[in-house]
Amino acid sequence: MTTTTATETAEPVYVPAAETIGAVLDPRERPARPSALSASLTFGWRAVLKIKHVPEQLFDVTAFPIMMTLMFTYLFGGALAGSTGEYLQFLLPGIMVQSVVMTTMYSGLAVNIDIAKGVFDRFKSLPIWRPAALVGNLLGDVLRYVLASLVITVVGLILGFRPGGGVVGVAAGIGLLVVFSFAFSWIWTMCGLYLRSEKSVMGVSMLVLFPLTFLSNIFVDPSTMPGWLQAFVEVNPITRLVAAVRSLMSGNPDMGELTWVFIATAALLAVFGPLTMRAYNRK
Amino acid sequence: MTDTAIETNGLVKVFGDNRAVDGLDLTVPAGAVFGVLGPNGAGKTTAVRMLATLLRPDGGAARVFGHDVVAEADAVRSLVGLTGQYASLDEDMTGRENLVLIGRLLGFRKPAARARADELLEAFGLTAAAERQVKNYSGGMRRRLDISATLLNTPRLLFLDEPTTGLDPRSRNQVWDIVRAVVSYGTTVLLTTQYLDEADQLASRIAVIDHGRLIAEGTPGELKSSVGAGTVHVRLRDPGRRADAEKLLSAALGAPATPDPDPRRVVVRVPGHGSERGAAEDAARALSELAAAGIVVDDFSLGQPSLDEVFLALTDHPATSKETAA
Ligand SMILES: Nc1ncnc2c1ncn2[C@@H]1O[C@H](COP(=O)(O)OP(=O)(O)O)[C@@H](O)[C@H]1O
Ligand SMILES: [Mg+2]
Repeated sequence: MTTTTATETAEPVYVPAAETIGAVLDPRERPARPSALSASLTFGWRAVLKIKHVPEQLFDVTAFPIMMTLMFTYLFGGALAGSTGEYLQFLLPGIMVQSVVMTTMYSGLAVNIDIAKGVFDRFKSLPIWRPAALVGNLLGDVLRYVLASLVITVVGLILGFRPGGGVVGVAAGIGLLVVFSFAFSWIWTMCGLYLRSEKSVMGVSMLVLFPLTFLSNIFVDPSTMPGWLQAFVEVNPITRLVAAVRSLMSGNPDMGELTWVFIATAALLAVFGPLTMRAYNRK
Repeated sequence: MTDTAIETNGLVKVFGDNRAVDGLDLTVPAGAVFGVLGPNGAGKTTAVRMLATLLRPDGGAARVFGHDVVAEADAVRSLVGLTGQYASLDEDMTGRENLVLIGRLLGFRKPAARARADELLEAFGLTAAAERQVKNYSGGMRRRLDISATLLNTPRLLFLDEPTTGLDPRSRNQVWDIVRAVVSYGTTVLLTTQYLDEADQLASRIAVIDHGRLIAEGTPGELKSSVGAGTVHVRLRDPGRRADAEKLLSAALGAPATPDPDPRRVVVRVPGHGSERGAAEDAARALSELAAAGIVVDDFSLGQPSLDEVFLALTDHPATSKETAA
């Protein structure tokens, strides 16, 4: 605070004038309360503005996926599929799922930081649809998911990824991933509300996300794994999501996997949406 | 319905086994500044947060302009605004963006929200800083932006939780002027503070709370008369005139001189009169009488009773903080 006092003294000293303050207090027509959608979109706008002011936060959704794609393509490509080009066809949809699902934890972090800084107090004292602040944050996150997916697609295309589903297949795959991730983020939003610090939110989400993404069908075909691990990989929701996204991108949509992902998405929203709102209202 | 802004009955909030607010009964008249005075940890923030619907009471009831804070929370929210003890602004966004955001959330369309933001920035002397991120604002600017965000919806009742704590004297005076302006245009203000002189300067009624309970309530004059309006300190050039000075002063101020080890100093505790400026007028008269009697005064001061003196007088114990940090 001491450093910024200087900036204020450089400007003319503010003397509050009763008439000007009175003029802004003049009771005027109050606008109608915004709809749930419009309030959520306004919070989404805030999330976008924050990206504009703190562009560093995009580093995680761009640099990290690029690094992952390059690393795993060249690390495993030769050994697992004979060539990096062939492995990439298998890996790319999976690595995209991993990167995006990993970024869902930032939803929890953002909520936790907002609460620590007190901005939520103001939002909660406004007569608006209560979940709007959380939904809006998640809308901003959706933008990141799309961005991360596009970055990975471009990197993949440069490296030789040639999806059989074409533009439509890739777009459908990204769409499915983003919808699932939106639902999945509610878990971290809830953690962000319950856990005390930014660090503990990070810790918990890492603890869940690492095994969930690595013990899946992202890197290798589960049939090569020992039986007990296969059992876990098969029930891992990330495996189902990866299979569904792969099927869309390759141009052969697997209805079974797709149905599974839609049910999981609906279930996540139905369970964690209300739980999160309960935590939010009690804060 | 309009003459009473807030009415609480036995309001209670418990954190674990700590009764932060412990059966608070308050009646806050509309159209004036109501001061809630208490030391750190007295329960001021907790009480204000319950009244602004941010915390659910554990017992008792509170009505704001006739609306129950629990059952009719949305109605209350549309009538009140809270500027908390800690700024509730988005540090990453600019001052203008912060205001436009709140405007949009209140239902203003984008052009109206922008116009409203600019109008408020102008009124609060922030136009030059409008495009700067809030994290680069000084404490005083932050506080003003926070208050302007609260006023965006022209609330009928404004809660200000320790609005001047941690501010430099100039910023504090600006906040005081803002409070005076706001209330002169009909908005009710409930202001919490740890400083008696702040409550005295701004409030037409003061509630003193300690350990979550109301310990006194009244006009500043009434409170001060129960405490004493202040203390007059006079430093004489000639210690030999001390006896004369003491006699003159205690006659003019209507109170005996307090013994003081310094032979050149005379200290008189001024009793309250129930009137705001009584002590200052009496002190001025006493000084001119000293001058008339040819007693030379090197230094003079009239001190307000401190919060500690108030507590001592009201509770027989000094204002002890329940916690060290705010
Ligand atoms: N969220 C909380 N959880 C637990 N204790 C709290 C919480 N908020 C306040 N308290 C406690 O309640 C008491 C009153 O606090 P507060 O209302 O902040 O006082 P004031 O604003 O007058 O300084 C203090 O003892 C404080 O430690
Ligand atoms: Mg407080």
